[in-house]
Amino acid sequence: MRQQGPPRHSLDNTSWLRRFRLPTQPLLRHLILALCGAGILYLVTSSLSPYNDYEIGEIALYVIALAGLSLLTGMNGQISLGNGAFMAVGAYTMALLMTHTQMNFIVELLAAIGAAAAMGLVIGIPATRLKGPYLAGMTLLFALALPPIADKWSTTFGGDQGLTTTVPNAPGNINPEEWLAWIQIIGALITLVLLANLIQSRFGRSFRAVRDDEIAASVAGIHVGRTKVLAFVISAGCAGLAGGFLGLSTGVVNTGEFPLTLSIQLLAAMVLGGTGSLMGMWWGAVLLVYLSQWSTSLSGYFNLGSGASAYLATIIFGVVLIVVMIAAPTGIQGGLRWTWRRILGLLFRQPAVIHPASGLPDDRVPIYQSDER
Amino acid sequence: MSLFINITLDGVSSGMIFAALALALVLIFRATKIINFAQGAMAMMTTFLASSLLAQGLGYWWAFVAALAIGFVLGALVERVLIRPLKGKSELNPVVVTIGLLVVLEGIAGVIYGNASRGFPAAYSQSGLTVGRSKIAFSHFDVFIVVAVLVLMIAILVLFRATTLGLRMRASAFAGEIARLLGVRVGMLLTLGWALAGVAGSLAGLLVAPTSSFSPYYMDLVLVYAFTAAVIGGLESPVGALIGGLITGLCISYVGGYLGSGLQPLGALVLLMVALMARPEGIFARHSVRRV
Amino acid sequence: MMLEIEELSVSYGAVNALSSVTFSAQPGAITAILGANGAGKTTLLRSISGLVKPRSGSVCFEGEELVGKTVENIARRGVAHVPEGRGIIEELTVEDNLRLATLWCIRRRERQGAIEATFELFPRLSGFRRRHASTLSGGERQMLVIGRALISRPKLLLLDEPSLGLAPLVTAQLMALLREHTDGTDVTVVLVEQNARSALSVSRNAVVLNLGEVVISDTAAAVAADSGLRHHYLGF
Repeated sequence: MRQQGPPRHSLDNTSWLRRFRLPTQPLLRHLILALCGAGILYLVTSSLSPYNDYEIGEIALYVIALAGLSLLTGMNGQISLGNGAFMAVGAYTMALLMTHTQMNFIVELLAAIGAAAAMGLVIGIPATRLKGPYLAGMTLLFALALPPIADKWSTTFGGDQGLTTTVPNAPGNINPEEWLAWIQIIGALITLVLLANLIQSRFGRSFRAVRDDEIAASVAGIHVGRTKVLAFVISAGCAGLAGGFLGLSTGVVNTGEFPLTLSIQLLAAMVLGGTGSLMGMWWGAVLLVYLSQWSTSLSGYFNLGSGASAYLATIIFGVVLIVVMIAAPTGIQGGLRWTWRRILGLLFRQPAVIHPASGLPDDRVPIYQSDER
Repeated sequence: MSLFINITLDGVSSGMIFAALALALVLIFRATKIINFAQGAMAMMTTFLASSLLAQGLGYWWAFVAALAIGFVLGALVERVLIRPLKGKSELNPVVVTIGLLVVLEGIAGVIYGNASRGFPAAYSQSGLTVGRSKIAFSHFDVFIVVAVLVLMIAILVLFRATTLGLRMRASAFAGEIARLLGVRVGMLLTLGWALAGVAGSLAGLLVAPTSSFSPYYMDLVLVYAFTAAVIGGLESPVGALIGGLITGLCISYVGGYLGSGLQPLGALVLLMVALMARPEGIFARHSVRRV
Repeated sequence: MMLEIEELSVSYGAVNALSSVTFSAQPGAITAILGANGAGKTTLLRSISGLVKPRSGSVCFEGEELVGKTVENIARRGVAHVPEGRGIIEELTVEDNLRLATLWCIRRRERQGAIEATFELFPRLSGFRRRHASTLSGGERQMLVIGRALISRPKLLLLDEPSLGLAPLVTAQLMALLREHTDGTDVTVVLVEQNARSALSVSRNAVVLNLGEVVISDTAAAVAADSGLRHHYLGF
């Protein structure tokens, strides 16, 4: 919410910590946070090996996809099981443009976003007309329907080989992995700033209003269908950008990169990070990048056959989905916020405001928990 | 012309299978307003267990019945352990949890049975019947598919319409709180609904397995086709599931026959989109009232 | 053989809906629960039938503690709760609505007889027996829920706003019918009403609630005679 005038006055002006407040103007505040993040990541990327830079770039691109999903589910109450397929749309769009044209690489990325968003519009319009599991089912079908299309027109889409992508040349003597990581990090930070501002804008408020009560929102003059489609299109656009970046990271775009499990892994990572949170998506992205490595070593440890490690990763993602939903719907970021507030409360003898029904801090009441009467 | 007839016959038999799985989705949806995205994976699991039993030397029909029974138990177990704790929370939670169950089951099957697709036997011969002088694309096994699904449908309809157990199940599904006030043990009946859905799903799994590449993912597409069928049928009635299943089966079959099997999921997507645009409540939904 | 409620407290989160409510209701009589909107009347009925879990206190019926029992088990002890508004199951036929209430308490062979007896009590309903209950009018719905509550021969009948949306004449008939089924029997009736005047006219005892607390628990006549009380809490 935009706060006008001076920030909330605290009666207890003696506490020194409270003097150091971030600006209350959302754009300024988010830009400062993004610049701080960029500074930290610059220090990290320039001190690590190229392979670690590559991984950090991957984390950044997954943050983009997850942030879009988090906006859709957490802020607007819809679930998409097809964001992996929207990533494929973005990746193929970018790769096709790279193969056939000589456009600026930023234009190609924008086209990737545009194509995925347009596809989101096509899928979203019928599915968002109804509450309930329709969007989930339809996007699941979409995620399964897309890969065979690329196989069917293999001359256009490159078949099993796929299409190759090229990363624009790095300026000076920066190594290419670090350069790519930087492109992806900047993309992620721009996305996060834009989404964070969107969430605090009029659109963000109507997203939440529709999530909480469609009928009340429509009575308040919000066009429910349009709002839902908009949220879905934004999340598809984010996935498109992430897909383009993934294409840059892997160097080739083929259907094997975008199976149904990618969409489900995105959902699991988003849920674990903290549905509705943007910063929490960094946790989810770390999980996405490192879990397959961990599960490979785990399956080696248990002496499971080759191929089992992929299944082990699948099992872990599934267990994450179930356990988080049943036990901790706010995910990692929700838990961290809760802990931080408790510490602040202990330090300043101000008990955190606890939501009565859920026992959680008042502004972090899980989106998933309505009070049962 | 004979191509058209054969494609149509193929559509009927696969449509009946979609109808069985759609019936499972409908049984659960109308009682709990949940789409069980793990229904296909549960059927995959029971069919894999049946194939293990067959490998142990058990007869086909014993394995068949065992798979249905395991489906019953698995359905009840899933409701009690995973779905019951979500009561009173957002409708998105069950979507996430059933998706989680879907990948867990596929992962477990993958770890135990490996990646390679294996065969699963059919109850009857899969070579086409001979009508007049020509052979048609409809086998003894296809006849069995149609009969088995029809028997299941009729049994479910009789249960709902003609027994007091069915009356209690309908009351629990439509108005749980009022039913409880009338002494109906709603919790137990919801579990029973999930268990029956498990049986219907298992049947679909057993019927699909002989004609597909029998891998941990073999029910994924069947599930989304069944979802399409259930949505077309209005998600509320068993008869709607049957009609929706046939429509979906025929459409998929025509797309596969004339345009190539790779476009079948896209065909189902278009069908689902058209159905939602034309009649969001489902083409065969009885009433279109949405309560405030 | 009566309903005894002691120190019953219910809260929704931080909001106290009922605080230490204590009263008792005698069999063979109607006890009216009166009060303004938000006084806690519906919550009181819901915690008797088990739909709401109280924070503390006890609900004792026929010497048996009801708090902690499930809704189904309380119903099977002869407690019939007619909830406010949508008490019927619209998707079932009128006859199935009635049959549902007989399943746990009447033997298979005697069920149809009990249903026919209810149709004799409400002849208007018998013409609609195969129709979906959603097609009934407000008055017919109310007949159906009352008939459905009576068919199980309850020992404790909890009625939440039975006169809501009914014409005055129909309300009067309903109240007379209630009285007829209560006087000289061992049925305990707890009647929640906005319409205090008509509720007091048929009740023997009355409890007035305000903001979750008992203001007075006395005979209906005494409550009706106290003009200050009437003016303050009952609005007439």
